[in-house]
Amino acid sequence: MTYLQKSPWIVHYNASSCNGCDIEILAALTPVFDVERFGIINTGNPKHADILLCTGSVNEQNKVPLKNVYDQIPEPKVVVAIGICASSGGIFRECYNVSGGIDKIIPVDVYVPGCAARPESIIDGVVTALGILEQKRLAMQTEGSPAGTKAGEAR
Amino acid sequence: MIPEPLLPVFYGLVYVLLAPLLGGLIAGIDRKVTARMQGRVGPPILQPFYDVGKLFEKENPVVTVTQNFYVLSYLVFMMVAGALFFSGGDMLLVIFAFTLSHIFIVLGAYASYSPYSHVGAERELLQIIAYEPMIILTAVGMYMVTQSFFVSTIVASSVPIILYLPGIFVGYMIVLTIKLRKSPFDISTSHHAHQEIVKGVTTDFAGPNLGKIEIAHWYEYVFLLGVIWLFFAWNPLLAVAAILVVYFLEILIDNTMSRVKWQLMLRTAWITAGTLGIINLGVLYYLGMVVP
Repeated sequence: MTYLQKSPWIVHYNASSCNGCDIEILAALTPVFDVERFGIINTGNPKHADILLCTGSVNEQNKVPLKNVYDQIPEPKVVVAIGICASSGGIFRECYNVSGGIDKIIPVDVYVPGCAARPESIIDGVVTALGILEQKRLAMQTEGSPAGTKAGEAR
Repeated sequence: MIPEPLLPVFYGLVYVLLAPLLGGLIAGIDRKVTARMQGRVGPPILQPFYDVGKLFEKENPVVTVTQNFYVLSYLVFMMVAGALFFSGGDMLLVIFAFTLSHIFIVLGAYASYSPYSHVGAERELLQIIAYEPMIILTAVGMYMVTQSFFVSTIVASSVPIILYLPGIFVGYMIVLTIKLRKSPFDISTSHHAHQEIVKGVTTDFAGPNLGKIEIAHWYEYVFLLGVIWLFFAWNPLLAVAAILVVYFLEILIDNTMSRVKWQLMLRTAWITAGTLGIINLGVLYYLGMVVP
């Protein structure tokens, strides 16, 4: 276990979701599920985040903001697609304005299907993401990040 | 043993080395107690150390290069302020170093181009304006009781300072809410998950730079609680109890109050400084003339 796995901070981006999955993400922060037990904090600022939780089928209007949020997260970072819309476009995938899944815009590491995804499966998805986050950190230590920097180095 | 002239240096070094440990622990207990007040289990006590450890594992996306200098200066001057305080230095010098360190974090926030960062910087300046008079009055009050601005003299005095300065103590507690970044006065940045201006002054700091801000904040915790010690310095046991009670009250206020606008914060801080502080000093001055 490294520090990264003990303190994953989350930023949540709603790429035109119906708010079903978003409500479930916020439910995970309530006293019933209380993800702060695992050091998880919902930051609201991509520059402070480690994990991007993304909901909704991306459309033409918000694919640029989504890419922007992703680029602002410092390495190492992982992306979790929450809900079937974020995973594949869901029932909206045939729409003329829908890109069809987050992975059309940014690389996705974990898919959490469901309509809406339940808080338990969201937490499970985040825990799976922690393993990938650790792998990425180790890879970054040896060969540097995709942006060409190592831990603590300036980009 | 350490020779007498080197003792202040020794105390200063002890502060520089141990204050982050103590401050981080305080922050961890703070989060745990906050969680219990909200009916949650809460993170482990050592969570703040994990957070900062993680921040140093991340890459450091710098918006402008000058940011690095400002953040480092914030940390260093916070250490200097606390080290001067714990080595028994001049209270006024401590306050100057303390204010200077906050000017650096404001400059750091202004150095970036984010509007959130700029709003946070403006609010941080307003916070400095709000708490500064009360902090100065605290030093002046201690001077009126002990005839010295030196922490070493104040802490060695056998006078129960709290009995002479109850108004100043209450005023200090109110500005402590601003300084600890707690509701209702956490307007420039906050420890809470969601914040109206995202994260205020810390918006454009990430990775190791954010970690340095967090460590500076731990130093600040220990220094601010050290000032409470001075009020009760004649009885160390009572001083520890007072620090615990005051900190618990701050957490309680944090969890029961909503954030206010900056106007109300400035008014609250200045009105308490102007009434409680000045009246307290006036009464002391009068008593000083009547009772030799």
